Amino acid sequence: MAQSRASTDTFAKYLLLNAERFRDRPAMRFKDYGIWQSWTWAEQLDEVRALALGLQSIGLKRGDKVAVIGSNRPRLYWSFAAVQSLGAVPVPVYADSVAEEMAYVLDHAEVKFAVVEDQEQVDKVLSVADRVPALTELIYDEPRGLKDYDHTHLHAYQSVREAGLKRFSEDADAGPAWLAEIEKGRGDDLSVILYTSGTTGRPKGVMLSQDNFVRSAINGNAFDKLDENETIIAYLPLAWVGDHLFSYAQSYTAGFCVACPESAETINEDRREIAPTYFFAPPRVFETLLTSIMVRMEDAGRLKKWMFDHFLAHASKVGERLLNGDAVGAWDRLKYAIGEFAVYGPLKNRMGLSRMRVGYTAGEAIGPELFSFYRSLGLNLKQLYGQTEATVYITAQADGKIRPDTVGLPSPEVEIKIADTGEVMYRSPGVFVGYYKNAEATRETKTEDGWVHTGDAGFFDKDGQLKIIDRAKDVGKLSSGALFAPKYIENTLKFFPDIKEAVAFGHGREFCAAFINIDLAAVGSWAERNNIAYASYQELANHPRVYETIAAHVDEANRRLSREPLMAASQIKRFLVLHKELDADDGELTRTQKVRRNFIAERYGELIEALYDGSSEKSVETQVTYEDGRKGVIRATVRIVDAKVHDVPAEIMREAAE
Amino acid sequence: MNPRPDHTQLVAPEDGIAKGDVLLDVRNVSLSFGGVKAITDISLNVLKGEIRAIIGPNGAGKTSMLNVINGFYTPQQGTIVFRGKERRSMKPHEAVGQGIARTFQNVALFKGMSTLDNIMAGRSVMMKRNIGWQMLWHGPALREEIEHREKVEEIIDFLEIQHIRRTPVGKLPYGLQKRVELGRALAMEPSLLLLDEPMAGMNLEEKEDMSRFIIDVNQQRGTTIALIEHDMGVVMDLSDRVVVLDYGKKIADGPPDEVKNSQDVIDAYLGVPH
Repeated sequence: MAQSRASTDTFAKYLLLNAERFRDRPAMRFKDYGIWQSWTWAEQLDEVRALALGLQSIGLKRGDKVAVIGSNRPRLYWSFAAVQSLGAVPVPVYADSVAEEMAYVLDHAEVKFAVVEDQEQVDKVLSVADRVPALTELIYDEPRGLKDYDHTHLHAYQSVREAGLKRFSEDADAGPAWLAEIEKGRGDDLSVILYTSGTTGRPKGVMLSQDNFVRSAINGNAFDKLDENETIIAYLPLAWVGDHLFSYAQSYTAGFCVACPESAETINEDRREIAPTYFFAPPRVFETLLTSIMVRMEDAGRLKKWMFDHFLAHASKVGERLLNGDAVGAWDRLKYAIGEFAVYGPLKNRMGLSRMRVGYTAGEAIGPELFSFYRSLGLNLKQLYGQTEATVYITAQADGKIRPDTVGLPSPEVEIKIADTGEVMYRSPGVFVGYYKNAEATRETKTEDGWVHTGDAGFFDKDGQLKIIDRAKDVGKLSSGALFAPKYIENTLKFFPDIKEAVAFGHGREFCAAFINIDLAAVGSWAERNNIAYASYQELANHPRVYETIAAHVDEANRRLSREPLMAASQIKRFLVLHKELDADDGELTRTQKVRRNFIAERYGELIEALYDGSSEKSVETQVTYEDGRKGVIRATVRIVDAKVHDVPAEIMREAAE
Repeated sequence: MNPRPDHTQLVAPEDGIAKGDVLLDVRNVSLSFGGVKAITDISLNVLKGEIRAIIGPNGAGKTSMLNVINGFYTPQQGTIVFRGKERRSMKPHEAVGQGIARTFQNVALFKGMSTLDNIMAGRSVMMKRNIGWQMLWHGPALREEIEHREKVEEIIDFLEIQHIRRTPVGKLPYGLQKRVELGRALAMEPSLLLLDEPMAGMNLEEKEDMSRFIIDVNQQRGTTIALIEHDMGVVMDLSDRVVVLDYGKKIADGPPDEVKNSQDVIDAYLGVPH
């Protein structure tokens, strides 16, 4: 085992090391022609060497950039190692990006070679080739449909590989020369350039060094006790930093096997066959998985359905406590064991998670119910907070210290501080080298002494776990100087099913106030049950008893906010229930149903003033757009109500003071 | 060194006919049902390696023509020369033996069987072991089954239907069923593949997919294809040569551009009184 902990500084060197220490252990699997094909580490070395020598003979040199475009398949992962072994830099590109985006990335990265999956990608690259002057050679894996293409600068992977094999067998110097190239590699060499998709402006090329990935991977392996016995399934985009870390860097440093699915459509079936021990997925994958199971259970027989419901209810009661190692009574333990045999086990098998030891979800916030569901089945699912610029890890939840509302403790070797603006900043061995050809953006993001701005606002809770509250640019300050994080407040309000949407105000003001949108379905059915008659949304929203209900929710939300030292100051002092539903047609929401705060502030300026000038009601006229495009005007008198503010509980005050 | 099996691409079997030579020659064929003349004195040929389209308005005799070619109907007059052999009548299973495979206008698959089994069924004509061996399912019979399974997996890979390998075809959407049917026909490794309205009832995306598969089958495997199709746009893009039938008669024959501009064809499609 001591050998498996040996470390070195580049991935090419790890490849040589693994071919020795894990010689006959599987390194890569790929389902092809219906069968899982495997390559051992020794064979993986042969493949990478063949490709590297082949690429060298068509002109690849140290420092060149090589685009890698396609889905998760062994040959593309090998091209990472082959390119790196020669001192060149792979640039994975999102396979689904349109030609326009691709042209920008390929040109900006000045790629000289591109290794792509199939005809689709070849066509895309060729269509923009005139805008990528540096590009000379194009290598494709899947020959189908490409027979009649001009092959002067187009090469089949197979032929490059064969040329490499031939060189290796015929030229006695080729092998040693390649090893010498690998020896030249250093930890501070660039390992990859990853382009971040970025919601604004052009994508930026994040330069990450061999050290960045090697050290992040080693830390990650140690944190989750990953070794050569793990199996993972690689299915997330090659160009995403997470995949590069999990399916490449961690595999090379720990020596575990990476399985590539047959195709994107077969991933669920393939995962079931492989049963990964280490698994990563964004929340929506877990959501889809759960939905598909629930839909199937609807068709199950009555007995099965009863068992399913009964044991799942039991799991939600004690499952998470068991996983966290808390004390659970003997009877509940026994019942959970029976449930494991009858329901949880088969369910996990269906989802392909029966061997999962460590699972992560990240990318966006996961719903607490969803998170708890998986954990209650005994799956060690955790949350992670990371960035491309950090080589993934910023915080991660440690085994046994898991809560759905935080993203965990700082990862090993990561320092975190919260800036005065509330922005989370970090410094770690994973911190990126810089943005490629964009020194200005690098300076804006990374300070002289290595701290990186995440762009997210957050705070540490009393256990030292990090909570992310909002994008930093949306976070403001009350006039008292206290932090004001609108999204956090809005999410606290939206926790109540009666509240569909909320917009919080407070930046530069004395206190926090909010607009509230009722949820017509939830409040409507409540009204029906309570014999409350209403003719329109507007009338229901303005009903005194609805105001009472909402006031109770706001009170409860304030109670919750008061328990967070940083949030206590932004409890909601006044609120109103909006007379119309916020609507994307009126420009109040984005098409993805996110609140457009500035637009709303402008449109309802009078109402905001009324929130702060102490008046108890305000008449407004609002223009609306109907679904057929006609415009109309809604007139309403909106009532404004005061809410009670809670004192910060004494024990929290004490802790915050310490 | 490389455990990935290097399958040689499935190609049309060698039949001694060079690319571009006549593979199928239909000479002066007439077919009638009682008083109804379905086909009147039609001659056409299919060259090896091409995609040949037979088009025409409803009731023009397209499907009858296809049925004559694969031996389902026996014409009253005329001869058919396939791979240099002349014949007048032939049973459909003989047509299969000679290397003619087809798909149907309304999908004719075994609905309760999986995609894999349906395509495997297409290989059954090539199984050499008799039913006794196959029931034993050991030794040579098992080895043979593995060989065939490899070919079938290649087809599954080729048509990109891995995700429905185990799905009963009855549960599949129509577009995919059509693809499975094409897979079953390909499993016979035909010299001539007949496609009866491969794109009928498909949406635009499915049509584009299917067109690509047809072109790939033709180019990658060198399979000669004769197809019937309604969708003029698709036909013109896809085929090397087009023959147009109307009321059982041939009214045009040639490359797509030529056919498109023929006055007779325009009249037939726009409906000029006869």
